Amino acid sequence: MYQIIKQIIKTGIKTEAALPPDDSMRLTPARLQQQILDVFGGALSIRLVDAGSCNGCELEIHAVNNAYYNLEGLGIKFVASPRHADMLLVTGPVSRHMEVALKRTYDATPDPKLVVAIGECACTGGMFSPTNSLGGKGESYATCGSVSNVIPVDVVVQGCPPTPAAIMQGILTAISAQKNL
Amino acid sequence: MNSIHPNLHLTPLATAIPAWQGEVKAGDLQMICHKVAEGGGRLVALWARDLRESGFMLHVLLLNGKGLLCLNLPLSRDLLHYPDISRIFPAANRMQRAVFDLLGIRAHPAEDQRSWLRHAAWSADSFPLRKDFDEAASRSPLLNPLPPRAPLSNSLPQAGERTNEKGNLESLVEGANVCSPAESGTQTHDDYPFVRVEGQGVHEIAVGPVHAGIIEPGHFRFSVVGEKVLRLEERLGYTHKGVEKRFESLSLQQGAKLAGRVSGDSTVAYAWAYAMAAENIANVAPPDRALWLRALFLERERIANHLGDLGYLGNDVAFSFGFAQFWILKEQVLRNNATLFGHRYLMDAIIPGGVTAGLDEAGKQTLLAECAMLEREVRLLRSLYEEHAGVQDRFIGTGRVTPKLAAKLGLCGLAGRASSQCWDLRAQFASAPYGMLDVKMATHQNGDVAARVSVRFDELFESIRLQREIMANLIGGEDLAHPMTELPANGFGIGMVEGWRGEVMVAIHTDGKGGLDRVHPHDPSWQNWPVLEHAIMGNIVPDFPLINKSFNLSYSGHDL
Repeated sequence: MYQIIKQIIKTGIKTEAALPPDDSMRLTPARLQQQILDVFGGALSIRLVDAGSCNGCELEIHAVNNAYYNLEGLGIKFVASPRHADMLLVTGPVSRHMEVALKRTYDATPDPKLVVAIGECACTGGMFSPTNSLGGKGESYATCGSVSNVIPVDVVVQGCPPTPAAIMQGILTAISAQKNL
Repeated sequence: MNSIHPNLHLTPLATAIPAWQGEVKAGDLQMICHKVAEGGGRLVALWARDLRESGFMLHVLLLNGKGLLCLNLPLSRDLLHYPDISRIFPAANRMQRAVFDLLGIRAHPAEDQRSWLRHAAWSADSFPLRKDFDEAASRSPLLNPLPPRAPLSNSLPQAGERTNEKGNLESLVEGANVCSPAESGTQTHDDYPFVRVEGQGVHEIAVGPVHAGIIEPGHFRFSVVGEKVLRLEERLGYTHKGVEKRFESLSLQQGAKLAGRVSGDSTVAYAWAYAMAAENIANVAPPDRALWLRALFLERERIANHLGDLGYLGNDVAFSFGFAQFWILKEQVLRNNATLFGHRYLMDAIIPGGVTAGLDEAGKQTLLAECAMLEREVRLLRSLYEEHAGVQDRFIGTGRVTPKLAAKLGLCGLAGRASSQCWDLRAQFASAPYGMLDVKMATHQNGDVAARVSVRFDELFESIRLQREIMANLIGGEDLAHPMTELPANGFGIGMVEGWRGEVMVAIHTDGKGGLDRVHPHDPSWQNWPVLEHAIMGNIVPDFPLINKSFNLSYSGHDL
């Protein structure tokens, strides 16, 4: 126990205060924390749905929970059931085999709900789709292409995979938009 | 190798590790497989391709102590089956079913004929990897086409638009309800015939495809009595996104990018295996410097994944301190990757012919400092894990796979080494530059979660050592790549790399013009998923996440 406590003290606080500035969002964690409080009472709950990704985006979504990004420090946490969630994070070009599961998960999420599409494939269909584009269909025999072909999407976070900082920005952007609805 | 069977005439195959290929007759296939299995060999991969008027070709890739053996079995168009080898190599079962789903040639007389990769995305009588596959005709339409999209909420809607937006959302929800499987014609997603366990007090727990954690999708069907698991049956294929079909329309360079996205956590291993296969076909040797850098990338991928897994294994036994600590270390490795090589996971750093990122003297100093830091911290964390009674209580004896069972089922890679299956390409068939590194294989005989943790720790330290050695051998100045534009016609090449999870194999066949005719990536998860079903037997349901994590198998790399 002594060693564990010593290591915790030695490690110190790694959490980085600010996200890189982005003009289109113009938000800081401190202000956002206030907005989260306003909209979701300080506790935004997220359910991840991997709808067919290569697992690259999942690695970065794991990383937003590490000590450097510490998403939970902003009052945002991942939950085990869509019925407990305010937001769905969806990754992958939606494989046809996940289409029904994704729709059912969306239906099971109570209103008001937000959807953030994470990663190039979720935004456009990515490498897996012959006709990928942000507005296009991006379908193939095995995929439905972008997430927005299957369920309504609020925010898209591009990148292959997007960095943890970008994923957090996407989540925070979605919340700030919700406030003004 | 030539003495295996009198009818088997082998020719050497140009690969980075010793390999032979030979044509076999259907009648000899089982006997040859049997001989290889008896000699301690195992099945690496099984795939097929469509040769149009000359029929189909089945490829069975085996590995024994001498090297790789690729058996090629031609099949005429009017006899679309081949002898079942799943009784000799149990791992062949799902591969054979996948070959049927994608190409329509069947193992005969295999007991298990259920579809594996095909759920409902395409009809049972169409086969995506056949050259005459009509994508539009065979696929089900999108179940529920969406009404026009509401504007992204990045652009904030004005007050007057509120009802619009909301109304739109509501109609979407209603629309989604309409798309129940029953109403989408013949397409049903839930009719897989799971094996039922019957008896007093037995009940089933169905989990997935959407899991409770941040994991890939798959379905697990547990048959339990009380808390004890009697049986687990997996249903995979949910992330099938047509990777193999997609390769057919890509150039050599685009193919390298796609190979790097077969399984995102093993991007270096896949990109290297793909590049190796292409280089073997074209008979191109990448510059020495590029080979050293590839090994550096591969060891960094292993380090990052092992750190992440060790953190999660702590987390899964409620030791969140371990998660916090290991993920701090992992993040530092990823950040160094981004700074030095341009990508946190090193995607697209390996291309056919070489690499895209080098390492200068300052970069070496950064990595040497990282090595020292990792060594110090991981040593401390290992002692904390080992001295923590609660952690060890959950680890030891949980999810045990005995060496005997592991050998029978063909368990491979990291999980295999934790059950005395001593296979590590870096040590046994050390291709350049591993031949100069003298890799020490980490093994364990207990086969439980604790053993898989222990192997991860040992491999971490070995990878740190290798990283230092690689940097000592890495000299600047030389080219990073001998760029390759295209491949020779009608070529066949195999690339195989010991990724962090196990051996990753990519086979490339080129067509008459040198284009990608057939690319088959194979993940070690194919071998290891069925063993997980055995590892959980007799354990309690709450230990499943821990056991599953200790294997950490790929869904995407398996579903393709």
